[in-house]
Order: sequence, then structure tokens, then C-alpha cells
Amino acid sequence: MSHMEFNTNLKDTLKSDNELKTGPLPRWQRRAREQGLTPLSINEKSFLGNKSGLGISPRSARTPLSGSFLDGKKSPSTGISPGREKSPARLMPKLAVRGHRTPGGGNKTPNKLACGDRFIPNRSATDYERSHHLIMSSMDRKDTNADDEQSLQQKEYREKMLQNLNDGVPPETRVLSFKAKAPQGKDGSKSSQNFQLFCNVMIFISAHINNLKVLFSTGKSATKSSSSRHIPSVPEKILDAPELLNDYYLHLMDWSSNNHLAVGLGGCVFIWNGGDGTITPLTQYEDPEYICSLSWIKEGNVLAIGRSNKNTELWDVAQQKLIRTMAGHTDRITSLSWNSFILSSGSRSGQIIHHDVRNPNHISATLNHHSQEICGLKWSNDGRMLAAGGNDNLVSIWENGSTTPLFTFSDHQAAVKGLAWCPFQNNILASGGGTNDRTIRLWNCSLGTNLKTVNTNSQVSSLLWSTHYRELISGHGFSQNQLTIWKYPTLTKVTDLTGHTGRVLEMCLSPDGQTVVSAAADETLRLWKCWAVDKKEKKSLNIGKDHPISALARTIR
Amino acid sequence: MPDNQEQSNCVTLKGSGQLVSEFFFYGINSILYQRGIYPPESFTYKQQYGLTVFLTTDEGVKKYLNTVLAQIKDWLEAGQISRLVLVISNADNKETLERWDFRIQHEKGFEAGQKDRNTKSAEKDLKEIQKEMREVMRQITACVTFLPLLDCTCSFDLLVYTHKNLDVPDEWGDSAACYIADAESVRLKSFSTSVHKVDTCVSYKLNL
Repeated sequence: MSHMEFNTNLKDTLKSDNELKTGPLPRWQRRAREQGLTPLSINEKSFLGNKSGLGISPRSARTPLSGSFLDGKKSPSTGISPGREKSPARLMPKLAVRGHRTPGGGNKTPNKLACGDRFIPNRSATDYERSHHLIMSSMDRKDTNADDEQSLQQKEYREKMLQNLNDGVPPETRVLSFKAKAPQGKDGSKSSQNFQLFCNVMIFISAHINNLKVLFSTGKSATKSSSSRHIPSVPEKILDAPELLNDYYLHLMDWSSNNHLAVGLGGCVFIWNGGDGTITPLTQYEDPEYICSLSWIKEGNVLAIGRSNKNTELWDVAQQKLIRTMAGHTDRITSLSWNSFILSSGSRSGQIIHHDVRNPNHISATLNHHSQEICGLKWSNDGRMLAAGGNDNLVSIWENGSTTPLFTFSDHQAAVKGLAWCPFQNNILASGGGTNDRTIRLWNCSLGTNLKTVNTNSQVSSLLWSTHYRELISGHGFSQNQLTIWKYPTLTKVTDLTGHTGRVLEMCLSPDGQTVVSAAADETLRLWKCWAVDKKEKKSLNIGKDHPISALARTIR
Repeated sequence: MPDNQEQSNCVTLKGSGQLVSEFFFYGINSILYQRGIYPPESFTYKQQYGLTVFLTTDEGVKKYLNTVLAQIKDWLEAGQISRLVLVISNADNKETLERWDFRIQHEKGFEAGQKDRNTKSAEKDLKEIQKEMREVMRQITACVTFLPLLDCTCSFDLLVYTHKNLDVPDEWGDSAACYIADAESVRLKSFSTSVHKVDTCVSYKLNL
């Protein structure tokens, strides 16, 4: 008996399979749908859903699913169909002229055509208003019901899946979860209800960096730092920089993401193109005036120039045009740092101003904390924190949007010019002090603790982190005027790069992260390829970079 | 706390529920710390089961765990719960990355239907139970060595498998099981309080 039953079941299922064969729906069904009888499809679904309850095999249960998805896809096309259906009729006469046989309804058309030599489309039978209405209304319906439909579909899908997994029997257990979820870790930018409550914790938390990364030996950094790679001890290139001001407090060089190196020489700004080596003068100011600081916007098309006449200027470099002049400071502008559309400028007065460059009233905040000249100013890579170093020997850490410092570090014994945020751990800052101090310190800016201090025996004028290696480089003054590469986190010296005959004033990292350029008081710029990446490894790096995009692509259906 | 058991090595249903939910608390905290779901700065440590275990100091997480585990303890005592699953998912696209599955079984004599289960007690040394728990905790810590790096912002969720016809409080809702397709799974040690037996298993997405 049981095998008979199985047979009938099997037949039933096959039958339902037949009905669901893809392809155009029967005409009567389409018609019914055009007239807005959509409930039909729902009936159909539930009807088929019941069938699956027979539970012969997981396969039979799967069919209704494909059916329901199919319905979802079909609905828009049925909305358009009234317009389209007419098209064969329109084409038919044309075919007849050429002497083709028209199957079926070829009886009338030849008569009509006998009187004309041209094809004149007959649209009297097409109801444009109605078809337009149908298209529009079906689109509207889709918009409003999209969410409901989806959740309904998901629910159905889930139930079906559960049944399939359980050999067609409804599950014995329920899966429950607490509706109020735990606050999410790390990403503080997400505004959730809990966010307000826990912003104190979350604001310091580095985004997207798992501290466990150190455990993975396959990761690029761990193997790199231990290897003894070759670091060329001579610069790759030396550029002349006549009239480069020997002033510790200024920032006269910056390298853009478009591979343009801007250098301020006295009153002139020159752009050196890293790709082809051409040099273009951008602007020139008359003698008592001089350039105090330069900073490229992240996109690399706008250069901010801090001037000795207390103004900050924005230049469009491609068109060599001054876009904007922003006043507000009472003394020369010695440091600049961009955070998307916010340009922060620090002046000799010790004041820091955030300029919103989109806004006519560009001053969005003024930070009065330092009593002396600001000589270092850097936004963190995630844009959440600003670090400022002053001639008053203080380092202050500011949260984005706040006007009181989060932390003030007074451990340095001299002006702090070198500031650099760690590219792989967003809350780590390196700072270097001047002649009286000679130390490099690493700070955890979430907790406000000093992680590491190392004495360099020389003035620290600039600091940079490598993006490829777990290393940082510092530029020094008397007595060796060298660049020193340090290993993170131990701060052990990797190597010294000597060559400059005057103190190093400023350093920049090339956009590919491989080359460091140093500007020194001997009026030269030297390019050191100290963080070269193997071609092989570069490939694998690129693959890694592609990953988030492909992950996103996978979620798009 | 577990003082009442210490006196005479007997484990009652209530005591066992307490022990198991306590284990879940430390286990979940440990996973959150070891897998880097929350930053290590937000954890403090404590001696438990003869190990140093890390506990979150984040008020939100603490509150969440306490409410959820209090409810789970009730269900444990009622014998209504068959599984507790900790799901770690990518916060951006909600893709499940890891699934820590704690399967709860009732030892003989303490099944849900038994009448005398509330009054009955079983014999097992607390030290022995804690030793078993310690081994599981150790394994959780050791899992970091083979589990893939969670290189994105992650969130976690607790799923509870209960009996079909259970009265569910309003704060709880049905959820998907959050399975991982083509997952690799590793079974860890199990422990038993002689009332409840808990098997631990972690499944994770293979990074190809």
C-alpha cells in the first residue's frame, strides 16, 4: 500500500512541476493579472506550499520556493506587457509586404495592405493611457510593498528551509533571541540608541582593526618586521631646494595622493610631479611674505597654503587658481591639517581654527589651549581625533567636534613638531620633541597613556609611519642630520640614513608608501626608497585590497 | 553562588542551572575578548576556575548578558532550553562569521518531564565540575590559534533553542538560526554537572 501512496505522491509532485515550468504564463493568467487580480499569485503560492507538505523529498519542497521567487520577478513585466503585446500586430503587415506567410491571422492584413505602398502603423487598438496607468501603478505598488514582500518572502523561505533541514517535519524547537541587542563594538560612528550612553567607551575605539592581527603570521606585518631587508643607504634622488627656510616651526612640504610634491621655497610654491619629474611654479609672494605651511587635501586636487600674512589660501592646482582666502588668525599659520572638508590651521598665537571650507562662514571652531606657536597638527586617519603639538612643550589630543582637549601630554621637554598617527592602530600617536627633549614617545590616545619612550640623542623634526611595514621613521637635526628607522612597537633602531648636511626640517611619505622625501636645511630634498615593497608581495597586497569590494559585491543581488 | 553544593558534593537542578549559566557568562565574555569583538581595553580580569578570565566592563554588554543569562537560567531550571548559540557576524552586511554552539542535554533522571527533578540531587564534586569547565575555557582561548581573523567590525548575538511551545516573554523574538554555509567546525570538550551536560562546538567560515 505504501508504495502506491508514494506513487501517487510522486505523480502529484511531478504535475506541480509541470505547471511551474518557466516560460510565459498562460494567457488567461496574464490577463487576470493585468486587470489587477494579484491575489491570484498568493493563492497559488499557498496552494503550492501545501503541496510541499506531502514531504516526499527535499526536492519537492524546494519547488514552491522557486515558484514564489519566479512570481516576484514576473510581476513587473506583466505590467508592461499590454504595450508590448501589440508589437507583433504592428510588425505583421511589414512582413506580409515582403511576401512572408503570416501564420494564423494572415486573413485580414493583405486586404489592408493592398492600397498602400508604405508601412503605416496602426495604433488604434493600443490604449496608451491604460497601459501607462498600469505601468505606473505597478511601479507604485512595488515601492510601497517592497519591504513587506521581502519580509514575507524571507519568512516563507526560512520556514521552508527549516522544514527541509528537518526532513519536511516542522521543527521541534524554536530559535529565540533577545530583541534588544548588545551594543556593537568598535565602530563608534554608527548612531544607535545605545551609542549616546556608551560614547565614552566607543569614541576611542579604533575602527576595523582587530588587535588579534598580530597573531597571524601570514599577515604582512609580522613577517616583515622580522626580516632583514635591504634598505638603500643612499638617496634615490636629490632635488635642489634653494631658499628653503631653515625654520623649525614651518611645514614647507607635502606630498599629495596624486603624486604631486608641493614645496614652499621662501615666497614661492613649486609643484614637483613625482610621475614625470616636471616642476611647475604655482604662486609667488613678494619678499617680506613667505610660505609657512602647505597641506594637500586627501583627494589631492586642492592645496592649502598657510601664509605669513595670517591668511590661509586654497588653491586649485590643476587650474593654478586661487579658490579661496580664509582669514581668522592673528599670526602666521604654521601648520595645517585636513579632515575631509575641515581644514584645521594652527598659528603662532597658539590658536587652532577649524575651517569648514564649504561654508561662507568658514570658522567652525576655535581651539584656545596652547599658549605658544603650534608646530605640529595632525588629524588621525579615521578623522576622529586631532593631535596638536606646541612650542609650549604640550601635546593635546582633541576629539572631533569638541573644543576642550581630551588629553594633554606634558612629558616632552621641548617644542613638539613631529606628530604621526599609526596607520594600523588608529589610537596610537607618535610624537617627537625638539632640541631639549630629543625623545620619541608613543601614546595610546584612547587611554591617554604613554606606551613607549625612546631617547634619540637629537632633535626630532618629523615623524612618519610606514604603511607597508611596522616601522616609523624620524628626521633629526644636530649632530648627524640623519633619518632613523625604528621598529614598532619595540622602538629599536633599524637603520640610520645619513647624507643631509643640514638639519632635517620636514619629511613626507609618497602616496605609494615606499619613498620618503626629506627636506633639510642644506636646501636639498632627498628621496629615500626605504620602504620598498617586493613586486610579488605587492600583488598579494592588491588582492587583499580588492577583498572588501568583492565582499560587497557578493551581497548585491 | 555555588556554596550550597560545596557542603556535600550534591548537585541540585537549581544549583546546576546556576553553574551552567555562570559558565556561559564567563565563556561568552572570554569569546568576546579572545575574538576581539570588543576592544581589549574594555575588559577587566578575574580569577575563575583557576584561570584568568576576562570580563567586559562595557555597561551595555554587561546589562545585555545579565538579562539574557538570567532568563536562560530560568529556562535551564525548567529544562526548556536545548542550545545556546553565540553568533558573531559582520556588523555591516550581517554575514555570519562564527557560531559558538553550546548544546545542553539533561542527564538521566533530570529530563524535562520528570516529576521529582526539582527535589532530586546528583553526586558530583564541585572541583571536578570546575575542572571540566576550566578545560573548556582553556580550549576557547586556544581556538584563537586556528580561527580566522575577524578583520571587520563585528557584532554578536545570542540565540536560544527552546521547546516549540514555550511561553516566550515579549522581549524575546524568533530569529533565524544563522547557519554558516560550508562551515568548518571544531568540537571542543564537554562538561557535565551531572544534571546538565554541555557540549561546545565552534563553526567558522573558511577564508578561501
